[in-house]
Amino acid sequence: MGAPLKKIDEHAATFVRLADQPSKAQLKLRQPPHAQAIPAASARSLLRFITCGSVDDGKSTLLGRILYETGAVFDDQLAALDRDSARFGTTGDDLDFALLVDGLAAEREQGITIDVAFRYFSTENRAFIAADTPGHEQYTRNMATGASTADVAIILIDARKGVLPQTRRHSYIVSMLGVRRVIVAVNKIDLVGYDESVFRAIETEYRALAAMLDFIEIHVIPVSARFGDNIVAPSARTPWRQGPALLELLETIDGAPHGAAQFRFPVQWVNRPNLDFRGFSGAIAGGSIAVGDRILALPRGRTSRIARIIGPDGDIGQAAAGQSVTLTLTDEIDISRGDVIVKADDSVAPARTATVRMLAMTETPVTPGRNYLVKIGSALTTARVTALHHQIDVHDYQPKPAQALAMNAIGLATLRFETDVVIEPYAQCQSLGGLLLIDPHDNSCAALAVVEADGQAQAAPSPARGHALLSWLGVSALQDDAAVARAAIAPWLAGAGLTGLIAFVASGRPLVATAAALVDAGVRPSLTRLVRSYRPRAVGASEDGLAGDGGGI
Amino acid sequence: MSGMTHLKALEAESIFILREVVATCEKPVLLYSIGKDSAVLLHLALKAFAPGKLPFPLLHVDTGWKFREMIAFRDETARRFGLDLIVHTNEDGVRAGVNPITSGSSVHTDVMKTQGLKQALDKYGFDAAFGGARRDEEKSRAKERIISLRSPDHRWDPKAQRPEPWRAFNTRKRKGESLRVFPLSNWTEADVWDYIALDDIPVVPLYFAKMRPVVDRNGAIIMRDDERLPLHAGEQPQNKMVRFRTLGCYPLTGAVESEAETLPQIIAEMRASRSSERQGRMIDHDSASSMELKKQEGYF
Repeated sequence: MGAPLKKIDEHAATFVRLADQPSKAQLKLRQPPHAQAIPAASARSLLRFITCGSVDDGKSTLLGRILYETGAVFDDQLAALDRDSARFGTTGDDLDFALLVDGLAAEREQGITIDVAFRYFSTENRAFIAADTPGHEQYTRNMATGASTADVAIILIDARKGVLPQTRRHSYIVSMLGVRRVIVAVNKIDLVGYDESVFRAIETEYRALAAMLDFIEIHVIPVSARFGDNIVAPSARTPWRQGPALLELLETIDGAPHGAAQFRFPVQWVNRPNLDFRGFSGAIAGGSIAVGDRILALPRGRTSRIARIIGPDGDIGQAAAGQSVTLTLTDEIDISRGDVIVKADDSVAPARTATVRMLAMTETPVTPGRNYLVKIGSALTTARVTALHHQIDVHDYQPKPAQALAMNAIGLATLRFETDVVIEPYAQCQSLGGLLLIDPHDNSCAALAVVEADGQAQAAPSPARGHALLSWLGVSALQDDAAVARAAIAPWLAGAGLTGLIAFVASGRPLVATAAALVDAGVRPSLTRLVRSYRPRAVGASEDGLAGDGGGI
Repeated sequence: MSGMTHLKALEAESIFILREVVATCEKPVLLYSIGKDSAVLLHLALKAFAPGKLPFPLLHVDTGWKFREMIAFRDETARRFGLDLIVHTNEDGVRAGVNPITSGSSVHTDVMKTQGLKQALDKYGFDAAFGGARRDEEKSRAKERIISLRSPDHRWDPKAQRPEPWRAFNTRKRKGESLRVFPLSNWTEADVWDYIALDDIPVVPLYFAKMRPVVDRNGAIIMRDDERLPLHAGEQPQNKMVRFRTLGCYPLTGAVESEAETLPQIIAEMRASRSSERQGRMIDHDSASSMELKKQEGYF
């Protein structure tokens, strides 16, 4: 830290010829402080994180800085960076760390990130997979790709600009995709003179926003990706800030993924090399299993017992979530790809419908009435979007009526599957709750969707938690029923109107359309009531607030 | 994944990818380039489909300029595991006399590797090809999906990649389109070596240091594998203790001076190294985006 990293002249001199082997003394000169050597593998854990935020908040620069500080950038890559910085750089005479990460020609030319880049580095205790995601709204789907597998998100905010619409959008998507721990890096703190009051104002604003989301852990850190403040060590230029630097936080933050405690095994492939062996291969999506356990194969409901568990290194007695294994059973029962093996005493039942929160990802909008191929775990089925209840306004997380979901829009919808499917709320099982909608006409990925928890099926702007929703509505308890009702009724009417419109287009007869709309408007609330009374509800005052939006069906 | 070491987590992920593609594609193939990444990929594939045999063949696109030890290792590996090995060489290129020395690295790579690969994939009608490329090798690779859709011309469009959330891989494609699949996407060079040590996976002896005849070409240490490499006037091969960090066509692959004769020594050397493994690959350095361009044209 201290002075900006000037282009190091000896790079150019030493690396004229790429194959040169620099002397140890030269190496020492250029070694970043924390990069003595790549640590030993031993028993490191794996943490996946993303960097996200608005355009030009410095995401790529931050990741480039982390890679540099952890020794993940090799000398020949630094030499290339030096050349690229001179050609494409946006940081004057300094190294432009973003160019370490922006790997596509179009990205370097335009100085923006288009697609997610995956980068790798290690410290003593952890191996990291970092996904640097694009900030432009038009590339939101690529950002979501990175977020879907992340344990932790680093959300960048430009200290000069504060919380921007993209900060809100990305925070929402991160929360929707189940990331529960976030680090908010208030970047470019050098450009506001390391002013504590600027930092505190942003922190306050962000925490208010985050109260509406599902995070369980939020750290806010002032950083300068360009100059290295609070990246590796606490900076002397922010004496007003207590707490660990960013890298220490990444090393210690809990990365435990959320996952079902219940055993879930989507069958990926039936391994039948000869008449004597019939095994079911797949990755365990949740829980654990042991030889001898009684199992149930869904959706057909046959039962048997585990005979063998074959892991990558041979037979094992038990296996748990994350492992790729092959199971054999004591009975010859009919199981094929797409089926899900659970424990025999499990109460999970196949479903035909689901309420999902979805992000549209193609130019062709997601429209009610359309059919999509849907990938659920290893199963591929067809589903119809039977209703689009509302779209989420990513600026204030409010629901608003929508006829269709354009690319990058987020909304709440109901899917009806052509076959029985085994689904679970996303919060319980990522594999069986995270759905990919594929356009059957061109095989494009039309949308990603997460299955709502039962108790939240009617929820308005989830992933907000109930109490947060109430404070957002400006009500304590349920005093302002009218406001709740207004929020509720708009998408419902819109849904009914849309049903009418579809009926009109389909039949060409206004009378039929009107009848359909009326039936829809009439039936929907009673169906909602029916579902509510049927579904087990998470108890709490907040749930009543959530149930106010009748748009869940 | 709680409780799993990161190597076991990577192994589980790779096996998942291999199985997913085999379950959903009609005619997969494993592109076997004989190097350490191919060795790990093959090892993972054998694990993924055990106790059965590999449900797909191996394809080696032979440019005619591989080290002799690589070819011997390839044939020995195929024999030991009873693998179905297809070797394809671009005969048009051979007839035209294309070679890495007089044609230059980019023409040689394009004709003998890229065109050769496309010929073989078309000839056998493979709709999915596994490769051992890793995202940490090169920055355009860092941008590629694990399952990468290619047009009927085998082209990669980096601006129109399918989103790839979770592990919900979309392996659907239209007639003529194909997939390139990278099960080792999330592995690093260090992971590959640690895993080779962990599972005692055989690799080509060229990775281990030994006295070998080499010449200096533009600062790169080039091994004179045999008479295929003509000597410049007055040039005399010298015996040096060298090894290879990466293996390609031998006149295009620089060696490093090293004393590392065992796996632990190689791993120790790699951990202390401050240069990337592709530093020795001449073909990556033609321009800032040369790998990306090659990939767009159908290079793996």
